[in-house]
Amino acid sequence: MTFSKNSLFTRQELIGFIVLAAIIFLLLPAVLDNFRLNLFGKYLTYAFVAVGLALCWGAGGILSLGQGVFFGLGGYCMAMFLKLEASTPENTSIQSTPGIPDFMDWNQLTELPFWWVPFHSLTIALIAVVIVPVTFALIIGVAMFRRRVGGVYFAIITQAFAAILTILIIGQQGFTGGVNGITDLRTLKGWDIRTDEAKEVLYFVNAFLLFGVLLIAQFVRKSKLGRILIAMRDQEDRVRFSGYDVASFKIFIFCLGAAFAGIGGAMFTLQVGFMSPTLVGIVPSIEMVIFCAVGGRLSILGAVYGALLVNWAKTSFSESFPELWLFGLGGLFIAVVMLFPNGLAGIWTEQIMPRITKLWAARAGAVAPIPATSTEEEGAI
Amino acid sequence: MGLHERYLLKVEGLTVSFDGFKAVNDLSFYVEPNECRVIIGPNGAGKTTVLDLICGRTKATDGSVKFKNQELLQMREDQIVHAGVGRKFQTPSVYEDLSVFENLEISYPKGYGVFGALAFRRDDTVQARIEEIAETIFLEDLLTEKAAYLSHGQKQWLEIGMLLIQDPELLMLDEPVAGMSVAERKKTAELLNRIIKDRSVIVIEHDMGFVEDIATRVNVLHQGKMLSEGSMAHVKADPKVIEVYLGH
Repeated sequence: MTFSKNSLFTRQELIGFIVLAAIIFLLLPAVLDNFRLNLFGKYLTYAFVAVGLALCWGAGGILSLGQGVFFGLGGYCMAMFLKLEASTPENTSIQSTPGIPDFMDWNQLTELPFWWVPFHSLTIALIAVVIVPVTFALIIGVAMFRRRVGGVYFAIITQAFAAILTILIIGQQGFTGGVNGITDLRTLKGWDIRTDEAKEVLYFVNAFLLFGVLLIAQFVRKSKLGRILIAMRDQEDRVRFSGYDVASFKIFIFCLGAAFAGIGGAMFTLQVGFMSPTLVGIVPSIEMVIFCAVGGRLSILGAVYGALLVNWAKTSFSESFPELWLFGLGGLFIAVVMLFPNGLAGIWTEQIMPRITKLWAARAGAVAPIPATSTEEEGAI
Repeated sequence: MGLHERYLLKVEGLTVSFDGFKAVNDLSFYVEPNECRVIIGPNGAGKTTVLDLICGRTKATDGSVKFKNQELLQMREDQIVHAGVGRKFQTPSVYEDLSVFENLEISYPKGYGVFGALAFRRDDTVQARIEEIAETIFLEDLLTEKAAYLSHGQKQWLEIGMLLIQDPELLMLDEPVAGMSVAERKKTAELLNRIIKDRSVIVIEHDMGFVEDIATRVNVLHQGKMLSEGSMAHVKADPKVIEVYLGH
């Protein structure tokens, strides 16, 4: 009897990765105009969050309704650097205090707050994009998981954090830009991020980073840690009595999800050119869960498709029927939960793949044995 | 020194109270190395609670549980496992979404930390050990099967296998033959007889024929207290035991 020994991909999974890469790197840039491609670049930044959720929620059973917090923290770290670069004394000479971001001047601040100062450095900003969300996730994770808070309670608490952070950002207008967010971002180390060419380059940077994140996620899924997560989802107690400290595994995967979300947030800031509290709060956080659910929460590739499709639908529908979109989104979520609990990936592996396999077998004139992989592994396609 | 090392497990004055109700009340007993201790008693006597207290699932109100002179009551569940105590639950608890192989692999005593688990590789040693255990628990042909598709009896065996692979010095089994068919029961008895040889075991069981077969000593619990302790012959002759339990 043979078992797949430590290989990162099954053949099916490898094909899945290649197909997605072909769509993102070749097909979309070929068929979309610059405006649409930039939109898809924005959708890709949400895919980072959805991949993290596929690990936390899909594999580990930890439902976070506050991923917007980490997305936002990553995004704000990037925005702070870009804002400082845009606020040179020359650019801001009409302000009463030149050299500080415009919103600070409007709020009668006369000096850059000390915690803004390190964000003059791109290196520090880039490190902060990952470290700040992870630190935050670590604090929440240790506080919650060590006390064995889980399930619905955890989801509600994360939602509360999303609300708190939004209120904090809006309330501290002078330090954060308030409800408008941090806008009017111009250059990254002198490179103008507002041009069409820049947007196109950023799209590809996004895509490369997303595949980096997908590879990390795939590695985690395929490691023993990935199997422990699934075990934890079903039989938390048994995992404890198999000798594992369940809390540390939950903290790890929650932090990893936060790191992914932070990178996504930073890329959002670059691609779209601003960061605001509307991307941090409860509604965007729940939308991110819907991306993951529609794609299939067990599947990391499904999460990417979910993020792209739901956002594409959102843009298309809200262009024509702006007031109906939220109902559509709610209906979609209910439909997925009721009819396709494994989302698009589930439809693919349960409905389409078996038929293709059958068709192939009929063509070859032989009965192909159905591969005896567990659903979990199939789910990754 | 001599006296201390005579016992593998020392339970002294163990008490747990749930809102004033003492499910286990001032219980003391000692388990020697390589002994098979059976706990019997009517429903609600606190048998399962005693195991829960020893393995850290329930926190004790008072008393002490010393395993190899280490106090277990202050330790986390996973630390107790690492100390060498394994626990099987009454209802089979296996990882239904994983294959039999993966169930055993998770129980393999290596890579317990987050980064250890990330770095864990399926090498030949691991594979050989898993196949060896699978043979012991009659599941060698079902290694790729999802645990959800196993029969009730097979799940019980798998859970026993998950404990065996950790090679605990003290194994605690909660009604290992409950809900099994006659054929499965016989096979399980054979399996248990084989695995209890080189370790200490605490078993909760109702099947008296089975108890007589395996027990070195028997504890009879009643309302959270020790009613009688000794050999099977001794407790069977104890009038108190006959009154509350065996007589019915």
